[in-house]
Order: sequence, then structure tokens, then C-alpha cells
Amino acid sequence: MKSSCTFAAIVKKFQILYLLYFLYLPLAVSAAPPDAPSVVVIQNATILTVSHGTIERGSILIKDGKIAEVGQTVNAPKDAQVIDAAGQFVIPGIIDCHSHIAAESINEGSVSVSSMVNMTEILNPDDIDIYRDLAGGVTSANILHGSANSIGGQTLVIKLRWGQPAAKLPFEGALPGIKFALGENVKRSNFSIPGQPKRYPATRMGVEETIRGAFIEARDYKKAWEDFDKRSAAGGKNLIAPRRDLRLEPLVEVLEGKRYVHSHCYREDEILMLLRVAKEFGFKVRTFQHVLEGYKVADELAAAGVGASTFSDWWAYKVEAYDAIPYNAALMTRRGVVVSINSDSAEEATHLNQEAAKSMKFGGLSHDEALKMVTLNPAMQLGIDKRVGTIDVGKDADLAIYNHDPLSAYAVVQKTIIDGRVYFDRQRDIAERSEREKEKKALIDKLKKSAEKKPEDKKPDATAPSGQKPAEKKPEVKKPEEKKPGEKPKPPQSTAAGPAAADVCSGGAL
Amino acid sequence: MKHTPTHARLLYLLCFINFLYLLGPANAAPQSQPPTAYAITHAKIFTLAGNTIEDGTLIIRDGKIAAVGAGLDIPSGAQVIDAKGLQVYPGIFDSITQMGLREIGAVSATVDSTETGNYNPDVVAATAVSPSSEHIPVTRAAGITEVLAVPGSGGFDSGGSSNVIGGQASAIHMAGWAIEEMLIKKSAAMVLNWPEIETQTFDFATFSRKEKPYSDAKQEYDKQVNEIADWLERARHYAQAMEKGSGAKYDRDLKLEALAPVVRGELPLLVFADRSREIRNAVEFCDKQRLRMILAGGSEAYKVKDLLRSKNIPVILRPSLSLPPDEDDPYDRMLSQPAELAAAGVKFALASFDNSFARRLGQNAANAVAYGLPYEEALKAVTIYPARIFGIDDQVGTLEQGKLANLLVTNGDPLELTTDVKYLFIRGQLTSMDNRHLRLYEKYSKRPKSAR
Repeated sequence: MKSSCTFAAIVKKFQILYLLYFLYLPLAVSAAPPDAPSVVVIQNATILTVSHGTIERGSILIKDGKIAEVGQTVNAPKDAQVIDAAGQFVIPGIIDCHSHIAAESINEGSVSVSSMVNMTEILNPDDIDIYRDLAGGVTSANILHGSANSIGGQTLVIKLRWGQPAAKLPFEGALPGIKFALGENVKRSNFSIPGQPKRYPATRMGVEETIRGAFIEARDYKKAWEDFDKRSAAGGKNLIAPRRDLRLEPLVEVLEGKRYVHSHCYREDEILMLLRVAKEFGFKVRTFQHVLEGYKVADELAAAGVGASTFSDWWAYKVEAYDAIPYNAALMTRRGVVVSINSDSAEEATHLNQEAAKSMKFGGLSHDEALKMVTLNPAMQLGIDKRVGTIDVGKDADLAIYNHDPLSAYAVVQKTIIDGRVYFDRQRDIAERSEREKEKKALIDKLKKSAEKKPEDKKPDATAPSGQKPAEKKPEVKKPEEKKPGEKPKPPQSTAAGPAAADVCSGGAL
Repeated sequence: MKHTPTHARLLYLLCFINFLYLLGPANAAPQSQPPTAYAITHAKIFTLAGNTIEDGTLIIRDGKIAAVGAGLDIPSGAQVIDAKGLQVYPGIFDSITQMGLREIGAVSATVDSTETGNYNPDVVAATAVSPSSEHIPVTRAAGITEVLAVPGSGGFDSGGSSNVIGGQASAIHMAGWAIEEMLIKKSAAMVLNWPEIETQTFDFATFSRKEKPYSDAKQEYDKQVNEIADWLERARHYAQAMEKGSGAKYDRDLKLEALAPVVRGELPLLVFADRSREIRNAVEFCDKQRLRMILAGGSEAYKVKDLLRSKNIPVILRPSLSLPPDEDDPYDRMLSQPAELAAAGVKFALASFDNSFARRLGQNAANAVAYGLPYEEALKAVTIYPARIFGIDDQVGTLEQGKLANLLVTNGDPLELTTDVKYLFIRGQLTSMDNRHLRLYEKYSKRPKSAR
């Protein structure tokens, strides 16, 4: 099970887990990447640019994956692929600043400093949640390590290029990150496993000490390398290089400003604690994640120039979330903090536009301010705002098209575009469903037949004398071979459905 | 003794504040003094009982809706709320929550939602509902005026285990100083978690996933179903013995006594099941046992919609904002299910199945509309339909004369994200919308600029 880093997310996941029978049938949604037309024009749309207001009945011209023109009219060449968005709303693709999709595992929870592990190495491009979130208008996501550690694993930003291999997911040029975590999860307050000793740290005091200790090591390590490099450059001979330390290397990158710190946190005191530690060692915290008590120390956050990435209205799933309020995003914004609304859950990410809208009700933010929470602001927090986050000439053509104002609960994503390619198209998805149903049914029928065969296989084996075995087996091997082409003209896809599928078949017969 | 002018002013102020506290109905939360009469005028009134009144008046007296219509006379002494430009709706009913039973999910000391042991028909939610739970004011600010507090319905806070018979669910108002004032129906349904054939389970003792062969899982499932049948059989005998004039001697058994109304068909079973196989089995079981079944969960209800309609079994659906159970399901499977069930004529209500996310019920209903559910059906699925399903539609669910005045006055569609509830009435009393979140917001909004 993929456990993400908040307790509530785990609760949600468990509810889903109860429903799962782990059906390992092949993915039914077509996973081939879409075409990359060189020129696309979106016409007749209400364009919410985020950077320069709303354009009614406007057009966007996309060339080679980039936005070439935006305005009431554009100079579209005749061979441009046309997307008619009459009556529809276009916004910059949604950016989820806290996600755990597309990952094979989340937490290296055995130690409290696990900076040596890297999410890049365990990307899973076949995770169906990529497609589901894409269908929710998400185009980029910050794939974070879990929150079991004071200093967690290395993180990266991806684009949700469904159908592409893992190597094509990372957001080119985005600075990598590292996950920090404070409070209950790091203390393992709610995660004690029977029979296992308590792990250090078990208090917020220990969390600070753990982070400081790691950075003292990192500073020494950095100096050792600098000394070596200096001597080496001066022509020193017989020098021995310091031993590489994979745990400290990413922390040195933090000290050098080459890696962003994304720190999970809840309580006001721990937020200020990390700001003090960062000051002591001379690095910057890029974002505080969750930061549900951020509203209590909004001035301090603004003064430190740190981003806040929070939930819309989650609360009360644990003690440190008991003072969480849905006004958090608005209150921090009013005090000058750059705020984003994130998901921390594959499900929540499917409606981040709606979660952003809540900051209009709770705290009275404007339509524009609310929309920024899931577009420009997370782009700024992730340092990718030169590429994405608004609809402006020169930026990546990462867009989401809705049938209504996206800050309404009645808005449904019609298309999601990344680099000018339509990666999600609602009409196409619906149109392909009957075909997928047929394919699934054919696969299940086939499995049922093979499952029915098995007992036949065994019964004669168990009762008949050994001499008869070869004679019986031969025709049985042939049967499925004969049936395959008859059932389905295409060669069937390979399936990992072994015993699980057999269960389903037996269950279906109940 | 002579007061200085400042003292006098202070005293006066204190008296005035006291006075406000005693009289100000909007400031104090639920009140114990006799209810006042109200007249909501010039509102667009969505009665959900057939007609929408454009420039309507709604009169509240003694906790009930005294009249609703256009151009009504306003009774003398009634407090008038001019609702020009505003809309009136029946209060929202969240028909599966753990309201008052769970405060902070991770802190077991604050969790009373699931009793230990497998068969607890005798435990009643109302017993443990904390009237001062912070969840109640937070949730009612979203227009939720009544909920069903459901025990033993599983979930993480129960340590991962859900009992088979979880106890009795209680329908409660979302305001009141004590549970007696909050009660709508103490015993509204008996919770039954239908067993699953689980080949893969999560073992909380070792925090790891366990697998077992199908045949073993099926055997365990059959054993549990037999146990349920056995409990019901014993309850039947017990109910017979309890009957007046039966002459039977018996030792009192609280569990069997609690099950007696179930086997007599008086108390519905709220059966939690999600997979179509389990739903089918549960329906067949309840049919054979002649029990009144309400399905809860129903992630795959669409697969058995004809069965549910033909057996007239209502469903309390999980939030539309959920991921589909299987990865090869259409991505919007849960969002489009309400529309599909409505088209098939299956009776259903929408519920949050939660506490801290209860205020998302309207959002969930709106999302179901976005994926095809007719708007009025969505409104009814969070008001009159659940009220009917749990047999409290004589009291709440529509705006009709004689019903309890549980209603909201809003500045727009109550299902939309940005709509504000302007006035909230519960049992005919203007009820405060102050809550923990608003208080913290106001407190920290006033924090002086940090010196740092």
C-alpha cells in the first residue's frame, strides 16, 4: 500500500483499501502518449490568464508545445489543429505542490534522516492516479517523499505525461527538492508498531536536534570537499579525496541553494523552529507543507519569504490538526505569504480547482487570488513560474479546459493539455469506454475459462494412474490455443492476473 | 459609594453585555427558553415538496413551520427576517457520520464510535454523542441541520476492525444543550457490516498485508454469515418469548432484546457493503430473513441497480468525490453513479461518511450534478430522501406546514462552494453559526503585526 504522509490521507487510503481487491488487469485507459501536433489553436474560449485578466471569446495559439499567442484573435496558420472551446473556460494547468502519485513507495521510515533516498528512482509511469489527476486538470505535481523522517528523501517535480516512460515524467530544469517533516509523524505519535522500539526523535525537541545534527555534519562534509578542491586546484599531490556520503550530499546542495526544502509541518512553534535552524545554517526553506497553523505566524512566514502549501479544509484527524481552519490560505495571503492549495492525495488532486475556490468563501479572497492558489503560486513555490502557472506567450502550453467557471463545483474538465498535447480528453475517454469494456470482458471470460480448466486438470491427475497423464494433457494444452484466435482477433495483452483474477471469477459466480 | 464616571460606564457596559447575552438569540447558541416566532419574508423558498415560491413567506412558531406560502399575514410578535434576494431551503441531513462520537481521529480517548467485539446490537450512538463536540458548530455552519450518528461503521479510528453488528444509529439535531434536546430518533437503524470475502487483509498488529487462499477467505465469510443468521434466529425466539401472554420464561438478554425490533421488521438494518457481490449476498440474505435493509456505501451499487430497484432497497452512497474501486474503472465512476442510479429508479441519499469532511456534503452533491444527476434530485438526496429512508420525514426534509423548522437561508445555491448560509434554524430556533474555525480566524486576524 502506498501510504502518503498525512494521517488523514492514510485514513482515506484505508477506506479505499477496504474496497480494493487488487485486480491486476491491464490498464484499460489507453496509455499511448498523444500526438504532438506542431501547431494548435484553441478558439472561442473564456481565457483566465491568471497574469493579465480574463479574455472573453479569446484564442490561444500553441507552437511546438509553447504558447505563441494569446488574445482576442491570433494568427493561426491554416494547418493548425483547432480546438473549439466555445462556452468553455481555459486556465493554466493545475500544479499540485504536494503529491504522492506515480511513486512505487513513499516512506523510507527506518531512520530519521533518509536524505540518501530519491523519489526519482522509483517513478511509476503506469500509476493510474496519474491519469485520474490529469482528468482533474493537473499538469504538474511535486512528488514528495513521506513525512516519517525529520529529513526525508529527495523529491522532484513531474509533468503528468500519461503514456510516456518514467524518464519523460520529470519537469525539465526544475530544481530538485528534499522533504523535511516536523511534529507528530516524525515523533511517530500515531504510528507505533507493536513490538518495535520507539525511534528517535520522539519529541519536537529531538526533531530540532536531529536536523541541526545533520546540518553540522553536512557543513563539515562540505568544508572537507572545499578544502580538498582547493588543495587539488593548487596542485597538491597525493591528496586523498573525502569519502562520498550520499546522505550528506543532498544536504550540501541545500546549503548551496541547489535543492529546495519542502517541510511538512503543522504547529506554529515547529514552523518557527525550522526557520531558526535554517537561519543558523544559512539555507532557505522553500515551502512549508500543510502548515495548518501557518495563519498564527503568517507575518514570520512572509518575512522569511517562504511559501506555504496547505489544505483547503482538512482538520481534526490528529491533535496538531485540531487548530486547522479553512481560513488559513486566505489569512496567510492577506499577510503577504505566497500560498498554494495542495492535495496530498490522488483523489483530492482531482478537484483542486474546487478546493482553491473555498478560499473565496473562507476569508473572502478574489476569484483571481483563489485561482492563483493552484496555478501561479505553486509554480512560484517550485521555481517553475517562468515555464508554467499563467497563460502567457513563451510559456509551456500546459492548460486545463472546463465546461464552466473552474471555481465552481459544477465545472468538469474537458481537456488537459501538456506541452501542447491533449493528454486528457473527456469526450474521447467516454467514446472509448465501450471498447474497453469489451476488452475487459474478453479478458475475464478467458480467465474464467482457464480457471474452469484448472480443476479439470487436477482431478484426473489426482485420481488417474500416472501412466495416463501425458495422454490427457496434450489435448488440454491445445484447447486454449484453439480458442484464443476465435475469441479475439488481436493477440491478447499479457496480464499479471493470476490468483487474484481467479478469485474474481469465482466471486462472480457466487 | 461613589463611582467614577469610568467605573459607571464600565458597569453599564457590563450590564448591557449581560442583557445581550440573555436576549440576543443570534449570539447565544441553542437556547432553552421557549421558542420565538419568526417570519422569513420575500424569500425564494425551495420547499422540495413540489413547488418553489418566488416571493414567499415562511412562518415559524413553537419550533415548527406554521405556514409557508406567498403573501402570508405575519403574526404579531414574530421576529421578521427580510430575506429579499435570499433563498430558503430545508436543512441538509447528513445521513452517515460519526458526529459527536469522534473528536480527533488519532486520539483514541476522544473516539467513541466503535465498540470492541463483533456483535454489539445493544449499543446506541446517542449515549455517547458529545453535545459540545467542536464538529457540531463547524458542520452546521455548512447548513447541515441534522445528522445520523452511526456507530461501528468501521474506519481507521476503530483500529481497523469493524464489528459485524455495530449498534444503533441515532438521528440528531445539530444543536442542543443536551442529547435529549438533540434527539430526533434515538434508534433509527441497526448497523450491520456485511462480511467480505477478503483474500488480502491488512493486519494492524504487525502493520503488514496478509494474503490467504480464496477457499479460506470464503470459509471465513460463510462462517460470519452463519453467525449473523444465528443471532437473528435467537433474536426471533427471544422476541416470541417477550410477547405478552407467551408464558415463556427467559433470562433478560440486552443484545437479543435490541435485535427484536430488527427481526420484527420495525427497525431497518443499515448494511455496509461496497462490492456488487457483497451487495447481492446481503440483499438476498435480508430478503430471505424478511428484514428491512438500507444499503450503505454502495461503491458498486450501479452493477446491481435492477436488483436494488426491484427489491426497493434504498442506498446511502459514499461521497461522489472518491476514487473508483478498481484501476480500470472509468475515472469518473463514483461521480457519475448517482445519475445512473437516479435514472434506474433506485432510491438513494448522499452522505459524508465522516465528521471533519461532513461539510463537503453539498460539494459532493454538486459534483454528482456536474456528472448528470438532476439538480433537484441532488437537493433531495441530502434532505427529504434520507429523511424518508430513516423514517423521520414527518419531522424534517421539506418545508411544509407542521414539520420542524430545520432550515437555512442562503445567498445562493446551498450546494455551491462559495455560498454562505445567512441564517440557520434548528427546531425553530435561530442558531448561531459561530464555531471554532471562525473564532480562531477572528482571533488571529487581529494579531498585531509581528515585531520580527
